[in-house]
Amino acid sequence: MSDVVEKTLTALPSLLSLDSHPGSAKLSSTSKLGNLIRGITELTSKHEEEKLIQHELLAIKEQVSSPNTTMMKELMVRSIYCEMLGYEASFSYIHAIKLAQQGTVLEKRVGYLAVSLFLNESHELLLLLVNTVLKDLQSTNLIEVCMALTVVSQMFPKDMIPAILPLVEEKLNHPKEIIRRKAVLALYKFYLIAPNQVQHIHNKFRKALCDKDPGVMTASLHIYLQMIQENPEAYKDLTPSFVTILKQVVGGKLPMDFNYHTVPAPWLQIQLLRILSLLGKNDQSTSEVMYEVLDESLQRAEMNHNITYAILYECVKCIYTIHPKSDLLEKAAKCIGNFVLSPKINLKYLGLKALTYVVQQDPKLALQHQMTIIECLDHPDLIIKRETLELLFRITNGQNVTVIVEKMLEFLCISEDDHTTIDLVGKVAELAEKYPLKYNEWFIETMNTVFSLGGDMMQPDIPNSFLKLLSEGFDSVEEDRKLRLFAVNSYIPLLRGEPGKLPQRFLQVISWVLGEYSHLREDLEPAEVLSLLAKLLDMKNSSSETKSWVLMAMTKLCKGGADASVTQEVSETYSSSLDTVLRQRAHELQYLSQDPELRARVLPRGAKPETLEVDSSLSFLDRFVSEALAAGAAPYKPPHQRQEELDQSKALSLEPYGLSLPISMSSCSITDRQSPTLLSMSSGLSGDTLKLDGIKRVWGREGYLAQREPVEEAAQVEVPSPIQSPGRQGEGDSLHSQTPTQTPTPEPEQEKQQLASSLFVGLASQSSVSLMGKSEPMPQRFRRKAKGQGLGSSFIANEQISSSLISPPSAVDNLLCNNLLDSNNASELAEQTSQLSQSLTTANGTCHAEAELTESDTKGCNPALRRDNCVVAAGPGPHNDPGRLTEVCLDSYLPAELSGLSHSEIAPLCANQSLNLSACHVQKEDSLILVVFIMNSSESAIQQIRLVSITVGQYSLTVKRPAVHVEVVGTVSYQLPAGTSQSLQFSYKVPLTSFIRPFVVSTEEYGTMWLSFSHDTKQNLTLINDNQEPLTATLNALKKKLQLHVVEVIGMEGIVACRLLQDLPCLMHCRVNAGWLAVWLRSPVPDLPDCLIYHCQRALQSL
Amino acid sequence: MMRFMLLFSRQGKLRLQKWFTSMSEREKKKIIRDMTTMVLARQPRSCNFMQWKDLKIVYKRYASLYFCLGVESQENELLALEIIHRYVELLDKYFGNVCELDIIFNFEKAYFILDEFLMGGEIQETSKQIVNRSIEASDMLQEDDISEWYEVELFG
Repeated sequence: MSDVVEKTLTALPSLLSLDSHPGSAKLSSTSKLGNLIRGITELTSKHEEEKLIQHELLAIKEQVSSPNTTMMKELMVRSIYCEMLGYEASFSYIHAIKLAQQGTVLEKRVGYLAVSLFLNESHELLLLLVNTVLKDLQSTNLIEVCMALTVVSQMFPKDMIPAILPLVEEKLNHPKEIIRRKAVLALYKFYLIAPNQVQHIHNKFRKALCDKDPGVMTASLHIYLQMIQENPEAYKDLTPSFVTILKQVVGGKLPMDFNYHTVPAPWLQIQLLRILSLLGKNDQSTSEVMYEVLDESLQRAEMNHNITYAILYECVKCIYTIHPKSDLLEKAAKCIGNFVLSPKINLKYLGLKALTYVVQQDPKLALQHQMTIIECLDHPDLIIKRETLELLFRITNGQNVTVIVEKMLEFLCISEDDHTTIDLVGKVAELAEKYPLKYNEWFIETMNTVFSLGGDMMQPDIPNSFLKLLSEGFDSVEEDRKLRLFAVNSYIPLLRGEPGKLPQRFLQVISWVLGEYSHLREDLEPAEVLSLLAKLLDMKNSSSETKSWVLMAMTKLCKGGADASVTQEVSETYSSSLDTVLRQRAHELQYLSQDPELRARVLPRGAKPETLEVDSSLSFLDRFVSEALAAGAAPYKPPHQRQEELDQSKALSLEPYGLSLPISMSSCSITDRQSPTLLSMSSGLSGDTLKLDGIKRVWGREGYLAQREPVEEAAQVEVPSPIQSPGRQGEGDSLHSQTPTQTPTPEPEQEKQQLASSLFVGLASQSSVSLMGKSEPMPQRFRRKAKGQGLGSSFIANEQISSSLISPPSAVDNLLCNNLLDSNNASELAEQTSQLSQSLTTANGTCHAEAELTESDTKGCNPALRRDNCVVAAGPGPHNDPGRLTEVCLDSYLPAELSGLSHSEIAPLCANQSLNLSACHVQKEDSLILVVFIMNSSESAIQQIRLVSITVGQYSLTVKRPAVHVEVVGTVSYQLPAGTSQSLQFSYKVPLTSFIRPFVVSTEEYGTMWLSFSHDTKQNLTLINDNQEPLTATLNALKKKLQLHVVEVIGMEGIVACRLLQDLPCLMHCRVNAGWLAVWLRSPVPDLPDCLIYHCQRALQSL
Repeated sequence: MMRFMLLFSRQGKLRLQKWFTSMSEREKKKIIRDMTTMVLARQPRSCNFMQWKDLKIVYKRYASLYFCLGVESQENELLALEIIHRYVELLDKYFGNVCELDIIFNFEKAYFILDEFLMGGEIQETSKQIVNRSIEASDMLQEDDISEWYEVELFG
């Protein structure tokens, strides 16, 4: 007791200090921190600030190390502040850890906060925190447990996860939902940083998903989203459950607490939509399950608020990801319209994003919104512009590529962000390379711009693939020549100008091209090219890599004679270079320029690139290796394996043996890496149903349809659309003629329309739109189908595996319904079935026929109990009329040792032509016996078998995990004389109360036990009021009904104890309070208090 | 998933920083610098989203304070915006009409609220009532774990 007082006293100062309660938070500006902050704001120069902070840090350092400072918390807050300003306070790190370790709860909280702000995952001091976290995880103070879980999810050394994992796992069963929720999120974090550490607890995640608290369930979805992303096939069975949850959320079945601005649990909704889209991708049957709820989500989200738009966006994405359904697609398309046309810029942005996602499957949608897209392209906000380009990139085809690339290059010129530049340059290069032949000059010019804008940041494969394209050429020799010549022509003026401004990569490309192809230009003297190249060598900022490219080019070019002097000079300069590569190139140049024959052999002009054969397996070394192995050398291990082994030998083994189950290996099936483009099938389906009616038919397949505008006419003529089939063409034409006459549009509008017509040309003919450049709609559709089949088979395989690992989905489903709505017993039972099927532990019965008891569900981990060495039943007697069998008869078959004890009613279980099963249970003091009566009722058997018998099996039952009802499931297998074996399944339900026995303890023992039990529950029960002593009466009633032991009654309080067979105690503390009996149950066994309280309730109700 | 959250003033002074993934000090400094310059340079009526490297930056200004959230690029930007808004609501409820000064002088409280709201880069609790109840319960905390009242406060 005294230490409680002491602790309270130490907590007092902190309570009285600045932050005693939230309302007075502003008071703290009078504290030392307040002084510091005010001091800083009054300063004018950075220098002064630095001086002040250094002074402050010194003061903190001094105080922090004095042994019994009472200010630790405050000091820590001050050092956090200094660190936030950018000054290092590393001396306080260790004190932060100490504070988290030793402080009072309030100090601990600041300590943990400081640690999480100061250190990161790899900091060595963090190891000192592990023990603290371990201790706090086991604390009985819930706040401490919460803090530990928070810090664990913020940062925890990866290698130490095994040390705390069991404790965190245990918290999944904690009675408080806040703890369960935090534990789930901590596990999620572990899953992210070290997935293999949590592999063995996948089934626990499933339990979290079934949690009765929606918050815990929501938290578990983070893990599921990750796991499903990695392997959607393994979780298909959960689809109906996710759909059910979403339905209930959308239908407003969650408590009000989960609402955000009157929208029910938006975060949960979005998480579920994401999961569904992953599950329904390329899977028609799974998608079909979702259609209804998606439709409902679309309809429900009506309110004009950001959050509903966020939901709508995910909905649309999901609809376009899963197997298409036409009316949903139609609704989704309308929804996108709302986004794109919104005056709010944020919504417009998201609309563009959605459109970008969708046009891959349905390019017509872009056509609908072309004017908006054009407007966005000129938007002052670069982000909007950027997103628009992304959209255009997806709808590029052979006809609009030049315009789109031009827009992209325009953007590149104004963009300052490196990341954007790299990305966009890559896209331009990709587009340009897709259509090089069509526009020779355009291709080269575009690539020139790409190289000069992209500079040295761009992906190195861009110049590589450009050079490859140039050298490999295409089918036509003449075209190739033209392309190369054009490249040469464009480079010469660049070199004559200011080559110093060009990026190194570009210079390398230029020198290579000139070396190879400058001879194509007949009016160009090699000497001039050489001198231009030599100029590059002299430039200060040329890198040595560029120089070696230049030297290579020169080697190819020089022919001796007049050029000799230039090359001679250059090779002399560089043959003494410190850079070995340069030196080698210089020597090559020197020798080859003097020996034209050798040069012609080594560097033949205009040679097609040969395909080099590389023996990547290094098979020519096999002999050497086998000799070495024979001589006793250790076999080769790849570096990662070596590293792993090293790590293993170094690290502490914290894992208990046998924990690392190799289960989840099987679940890593082939994930579907299909690109979204291949989904284009949906556009085939939706093409006819998309509503184009509402929109004026101003834009046709070839662009603007107004006939009276010569500009547009010209645009149409200019751009041929060769890909369109004749039929489509005709259709387009007819549309064209039907269009009503347009009123003349003002000038700028016309400009926009012209741009539109050039941007969206060729869009309607689907075949021309493809992201990957290979536009074959038919094969795509075919491919998709084939893929589907492949998936199907792997799905089946997975299904088998998963079903053997986890409880049946029906149970999960039931639970979800149950937890989100009201609890009803049926589903609870379902849970029991899956959990308690293991409860048949021993079997010592006697049996005539061969009986087999197996689990009903697919857990398969319990070995079936087979009893071959049967003993003849206690009293098998002839029975001639099994049909009229009565209870009284069966009573006599009870085994002798049980007959004296009270047994439950003998209930018929099931029957078929040959067997009749009945059962009852008998309560013994230390066990519960299940007695199964098996009767032969078969007519034929009577004739052929010696005697018709009743056999009696008795099984002693124990409970592994408490539940309200225990259901025993079994199978009787038997063999007919004809030789066919048959089986009969039965199930038998026993209430938990049958397993409860009184527990005799003294009040002192009770007291010590009470404190040590961690699982508890509280509830108010009805009192029996017909007596003067309501407490005693109620307790006696409970005692009678549930076999409890009343330890002591003191005034208005009573303590009661019982145990669950064999020896699992449960303590009960009752207090009369305002006409109710406040009951508090505690037990070391999870769920036991909850189950027991249920039975207490029932017992009192039935009175 | 969220990567970081920053609060800074109109002058670019950092008021709060939360990192959800492990990052070196240098990276952090660079991000803080980039974010303050990028966000402060935005024109008034532009949209609230930006691209930075492979991340999406979602920011919003409340009075003199900028809230800036870095999320992975496949995240929903509007939702991120609402995360910021809910955090502001939480601060407002706790401090009662919150202003920048409250956060400057009580930044540790702002951290505690954030920890109850977000965890490991994901939303942990969206209910204003529950977050506030647990913060207040921890504030009033005493050392003895037999005292029932805070359990009722916190978990009731």
